[in-house]
This record gives sequence, structure tokens and C-alpha cells, in this order.
Amino acid sequence: MGTRSPYLAPVISLGTIVGALAVMQGLITAEIVSPYVVPLPTDILASFERVVVEEGIAGRFAVTVGETLAAGLLIVLVGIPIGLLLYRFARLRTAFEPWLATIAAAPLVLAYPLFLVLFGRSSLTIIVIGFAAGVAPAALPQIFVGLRLGLIFCLINVVGVEFLINLGGLGQLINDLAERYDLPGTYAAICFVVLASILFFAVLGRGEKWLQRRR
Amino acid sequence: MAATAQITGAPGQVNLSVSTIRVVGALVLLGIWQGLALSGFFFRDVVPPLQKIAHGLVALFGNGAFYSNLAVTGGELALALVIGGLAGLLVGLLLGGSELMSDAYESWLSYLGPTPKIILFPVMIMLFGVGSGSKVAMGAVSCFFPIAISVASGMRGVDPTLRRVGRSLQANAWQMFLKIELPAMTAPLVNGFRLGFGVAMIGVLLAETKLSNQGIGFMIINAYARFDMPQMYALLIVTIAFAAFVNAFAERMVRRFGARTI
Repeated sequence: MGTRSPYLAPVISLGTIVGALAVMQGLITAEIVSPYVVPLPTDILASFERVVVEEGIAGRFAVTVGETLAAGLLIVLVGIPIGLLLYRFARLRTAFEPWLATIAAAPLVLAYPLFLVLFGRSSLTIIVIGFAAGVAPAALPQIFVGLRLGLIFCLINVVGVEFLINLGGLGQLINDLAERYDLPGTYAAICFVVLASILFFAVLGRGEKWLQRRR
Repeated sequence: MAATAQITGAPGQVNLSVSTIRVVGALVLLGIWQGLALSGFFFRDVVPPLQKIAHGLVALFGNGAFYSNLAVTGGELALALVIGGLAGLLVGLLLGGSELMSDAYESWLSYLGPTPKIILFPVMIMLFGVGSGSKVAMGAVSCFFPIAISVASGMRGVDPTLRRVGRSLQANAWQMFLKIELPAMTAPLVNGFRLGFGVAMIGVLLAETKLSNQGIGFMIINAYARFDMPQMYALLIVTIAFAAFVNAFAERMVRRFGARTI
């Protein structure tokens, strides 16, 4: 069996993205796909600069990061001690680990209207939901994996609730642009959030590996 | 069973069974709740006493609108799982069956999988309208990723000896898949559907809370708008308990098929 070129997989990967965008551009230009439903990829690309400059994406990014960090700090302060307690006392672990796993898998974000009642339509609500979503996985005795999962859940919920209650950083931006029917801007903002999330997950992955090595 | 096992501690320590610890834990939590509810710190019904929540649950189960909305959400969720599940299964099989495909595309799945899907809701509305279609699409997109990732990993984990046995018995591709690969990866497949069910449920219900006039998500946001807190608590308890039940059942199935869940 011949060895495969190490560039083949990245070329296929990149080629697929470029190919899909080109096909979409063609379909929309030919109006087979309505431009009022899906904007031209070139329009989305062009609107990146506008979204960054006019919509204050740096400030919104800072708000989302700030809320995530605040919730993340709470997760670390509460989740890690609970995790250590469960690690130290076997019978507590046997009793409550299944509860934590159940809470970690529960769709707690659905309770966001409840948090709105408790804390009002404010950043505090977003932070508390981020914390609530991330603390159970972070408290699981597999501390490094749990903490990474907890922080991922935290970011997902922070951005999601920003979108749902139309408040805060990047999530609100998408909601705003969609309500203004700025389709290229909406798609560009979604791409930006996806890229920011990927960056966050990559940093967390690296952090987890670093912590595992130092253990 | 672990749940009822008597765990012995050091001499002189009080030996409490795991069940006792759980009962005590549950009673402490309920006591704290009831204390907060009766403390007067919170505005009326924001933290309702337990008896009011129980009354809300009884009222919910006696409400005909609950069942019609449940049918809407259940239908959307089922359709989302079928569409997202089949797409995830197909993509997972393709990626798990080819090293090149896996190298080219699987990192996309791992990175896109955990991104917040609810931000795609405006796109789904444009593509599928404000009705059930956009909710089904949200659920399908949400469950596609964990299912595809689990299936790809399960496909790669099939013991090569089993495949060799299949080849030696001259099994064709379909027989190889149906008789050897599928049974060998039952655990990751069930685990993928377990994870997929959870995120699909979140996707569908959150979309219903954002823009809908039917479904359980709509009922939750409607209860919030009317400040009907007992009903909102009842709906949240039923929804989260149902998700927890399905998750626990699927987890038990996964363990039965011999895999660990994280």
C-alpha cells in the first residue's frame, strides 16, 4: 500500500468548502436559490468588514467573553471543590455522582425564563445560566475533562441566552441583524460566532492537555 | 446494587447507606427550597412553596392544552431525530469507514459540534418558515453532530478480527454492515442517540420559546409572560424530568452493550 500525501486530506477539506461556496454562489446568481433567503457568499464575505466596524463586534466579543469568564470563574470556584469532595469521599461520590451526571445532561437552559424572573433581563441572568449549565459537569470527579466540558457548556449557554433574550454580546448581534433583515450581516455574524467558539474550544483543549501533563 | 449498598467506613464513623445519604440530600434540598419559599425574601410565587408546585403539576396534567402542545413538540422532536439521526448515521459511517474522509472532515464535526446551534435559528426561519419546519430543522441540526461523531468513532472501533471473519465467510458489503459492523457498534450508536436526543430536545424547545404559537416551549414562555409561576415550574419539572429519564434509560442501554458514557 502506498503512503498517502499528508496534504491530500487538507486539500479535500479546503476544496469542499470552496466548492460548496462556488456552487451556492452559482445557484443564487441563477436564482435557483432565492437571494432573499440565502445571501450570496461574496456578499457575506463583503459584509464581514461592515459587521466588524459598524456593529462594534470587538466590544460585543468582550461582553460575551466577560460573561463567559465570570460564569467560568463561578464554575471553577463551586464545581472544583464539589469535585474534590466527591473524589475524597467514596460514599458521597457513589451517592451523588449519578445525580451530577443527570443534572449535567439535563436541558437546564430551558429554565431561562425562570432566571429572567429571578434576576431580571440583565447580564447577571446570562452569567447565572452559564454557571448553572457548566457547574455540574465541572463537579464530576474526572476534573480536567469535567472542567473543559463545563466551560464549553457555559459558552454555548451564554451565547444562546444572549440570542434568546436579545441582550449582551455576540448572541444579541445575531438577533439584531436578523430582526433588521440584514441577511449577509446575520450570516457573517453567525460565522464570526462559530469561529470564536472554535477558537475557545481549541484553547480549552490545549489547556486540558497542559493540565494533564502537569498532573 | 450500588444504589442500595451499605458502604462501611472507618471504625467509629456512622455508617450510612448510599440510599440514606441520597434521601437526606434530597430532603435537605427540598427543605432549603421550602425555607426560601416561606422566607418572604422573594416576590410572590417567584420561589413558590412545594405544595403550590405540586398543585401546578396536578393542574398541568389536567389541562387539555398541555397534551395538544406535547403532541406538537413530540412530533417535531421525533421528526428531528429521524432526519438528523439518519444524516448523522450516514456521515458517521462514511467518516468512520475511510481514513481519508475522517482526516479531511472529522475535525469539522468536532469543532462545529459544540457551537451554540440556537444562533442558526434565524437561518432556519428563512429556510423553513416560522412554523414547525424551523423547529424540526433546529432539532435535526443539533442531533446530527453527536450522532455522526459517535457513529464514526464506533465504526473505527469495530474489531478488525470480526471484519476478517466476515470476509472469510464472503459476506457482501451490506451483510458486513448489517451482521458485523452494526451489532459491534451498538453501544456508541445508542450513546450518540442519547446525546443527540438531549440536544435535539433543547434545540426544538428553545426555538419554540423564541418564536412559536404552539408546543411545550411556547407554553413555558407563555407562562413566563403571564407570570404563572406554578405552571412554569410544573412545565420545567416535567420537561427536565422527561429528558433525565430518557438519558438514564439510554445510559443503561449503553452500559448493557458494554461501553462507558461520559
